[in-house]
Amino acid sequence: MLSCKEVSELLSKARDTRLPLYQRLAVRLHLLYCEGCTQFRRQLAFLHRLARHPGATGAGAARLPEPARQRIREQLRRECR
Amino acid sequence: MDDSGHTLSDPQTWLDAHGDSLYRFALMRVRDSTVAEDLVQETLLAALRARDRFAGAASERTWLVAILKNKIIDHFRRNRHEVTLPDDDPDEAIDAMFLEGNNHWARPPAAWQHPDQALEQTEFWKTFEDCLQALPARQAEAFALTEFDNHSSEELCKILEVSTSNLWVLLHRARLRLRECLEQHWFGASEENR
Repeated sequence: MLSCKEVSELLSKARDTRLPLYQRLAVRLHLLYCEGCTQFRRQLAFLHRLARHPGATGAGAARLPEPARQRIREQLRRECR
Repeated sequence: MDDSGHTLSDPQTWLDAHGDSLYRFALMRVRDSTVAEDLVQETLLAALRARDRFAGAASERTWLVAILKNKIIDHFRRNRHEVTLPDDDPDEAIDAMFLEGNNHWARPPAAWQHPDQALEQTEFWKTFEDCLQALPARQAEAFALTEFDNHSSEELCKILEVSTSNLWVLLHRARLRLRECLEQHWFGASEENR
């Protein structure tokens, strides 16, 4: 029997590669009776959707700081000549 | 074939038109404002030098982001910490998430209420950024490059100079930490407020 720790490893891994059949079955069996791992699986899917959401480039709507902007502007101007 | 759909604007306008977006894009991945600033600068200078080769197949923004992505990968490569983690490198925070002995969840993940609505809220993204910021560097890099930028495991192993099994360990730990952090600081908290 797999522990929750092992199942969480396999669920994470399954997002990046295809698990062999016996592991997929073992995970599925575990999920039948384990609410925590079932939620973990949903949360992994959520993290994936999150990363694809336009908000993921938000960084708190951070703006390029003014000193850096001026430095870069100066560099670009020099390069343009 | 349509490869003339896009043209470049005057390079002098790039900084105002794209500077903030490029900066945010970089900041989310490298989590360091100075590094992010430098990456924006490198990107715009590289774009300036390469502007004759702009094919017009993508928009100006897409083209600049593609250059930035390469700069970010170069940064991660340059920054490669010489030590490669062994698979069994201990991580106490992760160990504490499971019970000693049977390795069941110490605090089983809860059902999150309306997670997708959270994505529309600025406050949520601040929480997420704090959670991302709290990750150990390599876990954050592995997560960002996999989930944000869709790099394959093979590519990532080369960029981060880790074996595939180490990469999976890094990703597993990053995801466990992020989910716990979000549950503690967003989903758990918002439920109590109801």
